[in-house]
Amino acid sequence: MAEATAPLDPAAWSCPAPLRDQQVVVMGHGGGGTLSAELMREVFAPAYGNAVLAGLGDSAALSLGSARLAFSTDSYVVRPLFFPGGGIGDLAVNGTVNDLAMSGARPAHLSCAFILEEGVPLATVRRVAQSIGAAAAAAGVTVVTGDTKVVEAGHGDGVYLNTSGIGLIPEGVDIRPQRATPGDVVIVSGPIGMHGIAIMSVRDGLEFGSEVVSDTAPLGGLVEAMLAVTADLHVLRDPTRGGLAASLNEIATASGTGVALTDSAVPVPEAVAAACGFLGLDPLYVANEGRLVAFVPREHADAVLEAMRAHPHGAHAAVIGECVADHPGMVVARTGLGGTRVVDLPLGEQLPRIC
Amino acid sequence: MKYIQEFNDPDLARRLLEDIHATATRPWAMMEVCGGQTHSIIRHGIDQLLPDTVELIHGPGCPVCVTPLEVIDKALEIASRPGVVFCSFGDMLRVPGTDRDLFRVRGEGGDVRVVYSPLDALDIARRNPDRQVVFFGIGFETTAPANAMTVHQARRQGLRNFSLLVSHVRVPPAIEAIMDAPECRVQAFLAAGHVCSVMGTTEYPSLAERYRVPIVVTGFEPLDILEGVRRVVRQLERGEHRVENAYPRAVRAEGNPGALRMIEEVFEVSDRAWRGIGTIPRSGWRLAEAYRDFDAEYRFDVTGVRTRESALCRSGEVLQGLIKPNECEAFGTTCTPRTPLGATMVSSEGACAAYYLYRRLAAAPAPAAPEEASIVG
Amino acid sequence: MCLAVPGKVVSTEERDGARMAQVDFGGVLKTVCLDYVPEAREGEYVIVHVGFALQRLDEESARASLDLFARLGLMEEEFGDAWERAAEEAGMPHPDGDTGDATQEVVR
Repeated sequence: MAEATAPLDPAAWSCPAPLRDQQVVVMGHGGGGTLSAELMREVFAPAYGNAVLAGLGDSAALSLGSARLAFSTDSYVVRPLFFPGGGIGDLAVNGTVNDLAMSGARPAHLSCAFILEEGVPLATVRRVAQSIGAAAAAAGVTVVTGDTKVVEAGHGDGVYLNTSGIGLIPEGVDIRPQRATPGDVVIVSGPIGMHGIAIMSVRDGLEFGSEVVSDTAPLGGLVEAMLAVTADLHVLRDPTRGGLAASLNEIATASGTGVALTDSAVPVPEAVAAACGFLGLDPLYVANEGRLVAFVPREHADAVLEAMRAHPHGAHAAVIGECVADHPGMVVARTGLGGTRVVDLPLGEQLPRIC
Repeated sequence: MKYIQEFNDPDLARRLLEDIHATATRPWAMMEVCGGQTHSIIRHGIDQLLPDTVELIHGPGCPVCVTPLEVIDKALEIASRPGVVFCSFGDMLRVPGTDRDLFRVRGEGGDVRVVYSPLDALDIARRNPDRQVVFFGIGFETTAPANAMTVHQARRQGLRNFSLLVSHVRVPPAIEAIMDAPECRVQAFLAAGHVCSVMGTTEYPSLAERYRVPIVVTGFEPLDILEGVRRVVRQLERGEHRVENAYPRAVRAEGNPGALRMIEEVFEVSDRAWRGIGTIPRSGWRLAEAYRDFDAEYRFDVTGVRTRESALCRSGEVLQGLIKPNECEAFGTTCTPRTPLGATMVSSEGACAAYYLYRRLAAAPAPAAPEEASIVG
Repeated sequence: MCLAVPGKVVSTEERDGARMAQVDFGGVLKTVCLDYVPEAREGEYVIVHVGFALQRLDEESARASLDLFARLGLMEEEFGDAWERAAEEAGMPHPDGDTGDATQEVVR
């Protein structure tokens, strides 16, 4: 190689070339991190941006006549289609239901579109459809319209789904990331990281045995129970791709506040911590599908926490930190030893580390 | 988890810290060689808890950061070929070659797969006899036994469709290179515990003697790192320069004899370029003659890849501990994890990324501690 | 470099001529190659890196380390000795022959 004979000369040390703008889509663009945000900001917003889209909520809040409607859509490209604790059908229903619930809406109706790969067994499609039906019933929503397309063999992973949903936002409810206020108490509804670890445990090349199952669940009922305590919840977010870290960073950025976390207060199941340990991942960045994080005014925090713990999907809710005026736009965790670290927005998908 | 939880205990950490604070009377600069230790230090905020006089210099022990550009470019070239399944540890996918990375190759249709172990790549080769499966065999001494065993098994099983793209590096020559650099500020080393699990500690006494630096074999949990620092500080304060093992639960003086035999069988020592640093004599391993058939560089004709490095970044100086990441002009401005100028920023283990991720706070006001106790019932 | 974690050997088997084990990392089971630690038995802990056990975890040394930390600043002199013993048991030589540094331990 060219530099094989070069002496160790500090002045001549060379550095790698920059890899700046990716001119093709990479997996990280769908990872819910910085790359996703850039795609939104640099491609979608300039093309069809508007005031509602700029809100960057999990769902859009719309006024139609006297009603306030939440509207949301999401696509599901999970592999494998079925995993411990659920499958693509459960995710497609619960994901959209939860996006609606995060604006305080009561989820009502969904659409569901299938993109099927030529050759996929009908039994698989039937199994997915049945799980959609069961999940919709459990979430208290109806699937009222749909669509089916087929792509050639080799152009899809069997089944892709898209669901959209609408729901009514109750009077007096105004939940959005911009409302985070210093002093708000940050509550997470249960143990984190289970969905992401359950998926990884069955991924080709990473397989491991684990009792961790996906936490996929509809959160409409939990949100309703919280709203029964006070309509004045400031922010709700379901920390899916990018995990808790991504959600908290989005909220900090949108509201111009800081978030102070306590590492030891974040509920992490032992098996999730163990899997993260040998894969070199941080549980804060691992996906959830049945959890929410809430920013609640301090005066209501005790009562909201109590209401959450009384609900099956919030039984292990915990206070993990607070919203602060310091370090605006940043999430900072106090470590178990008493130091601090910045919890940054993940770049893209989290990768298992060698070292 | 047993043997992890206990070594994270805050009360014991406080005892170790108090001892370090009581012992350190002068400024000392020590290098933790290993990127895993850097990660742990920043992840737990350990550097903020040490006395101001104790400086941790983040070393070049991140195999992802130091894998030479030329090898990355070869990896990109091989991974782009039709019929190839290119398997890699996850954190290599984001490391930039001259004009792209493995993510980009995958985006362009290359079959690039993340695996946990090289044995997973061997499995893929077994199940896909019509495809050429290549594993990106990078790493320090810790990873060498795994990659060696994998090639060994491939040969024994006659798996003709498996090969290894090797870029292995060794710690002791790197320590020499660091100490021989004219501006070297390093006064002691926290040696990488898991490297020593394999290699043992016999390579170190001569280095400690020659450069008159304490070398303390150190583990990775917070208490392990604090104990390593404590022992280094104690030696420095006394003017000693011994090799100590502060990670005895995982390190024996003789290392792992079986692993050493396998390394000996499969690899041979070679000169190796370290990205951002330069070529360090005898600092690497390549596949031995008997295993040439399994060397991806030979199986795929990848001579003539043209490489080009940016001149802006000072990652070489960062890796040598000559400057702190935030002393680089590009740090946090033109060079961020999203737009890395150097490999030290790319890897989550890299010194710059570690700084960027966890020390960005230094520019912001200190946070108030959450008062969760008043709320949780 | 080198993320390696301790796990407990749950069961062992021969596979393709290699000694493989199920290793439990606190509720997560992973198949791990034991060829480099042939002496490891079920119930023992090993240090695992990318699917290979690199060493047996010496539980006695682990306990000795924790005991040492626990008593730092309380009874340095006595524990300096314990530490050196633990280090020696782990086969760690002192190149300059200095094993009696406990008396020099800094006392707060």
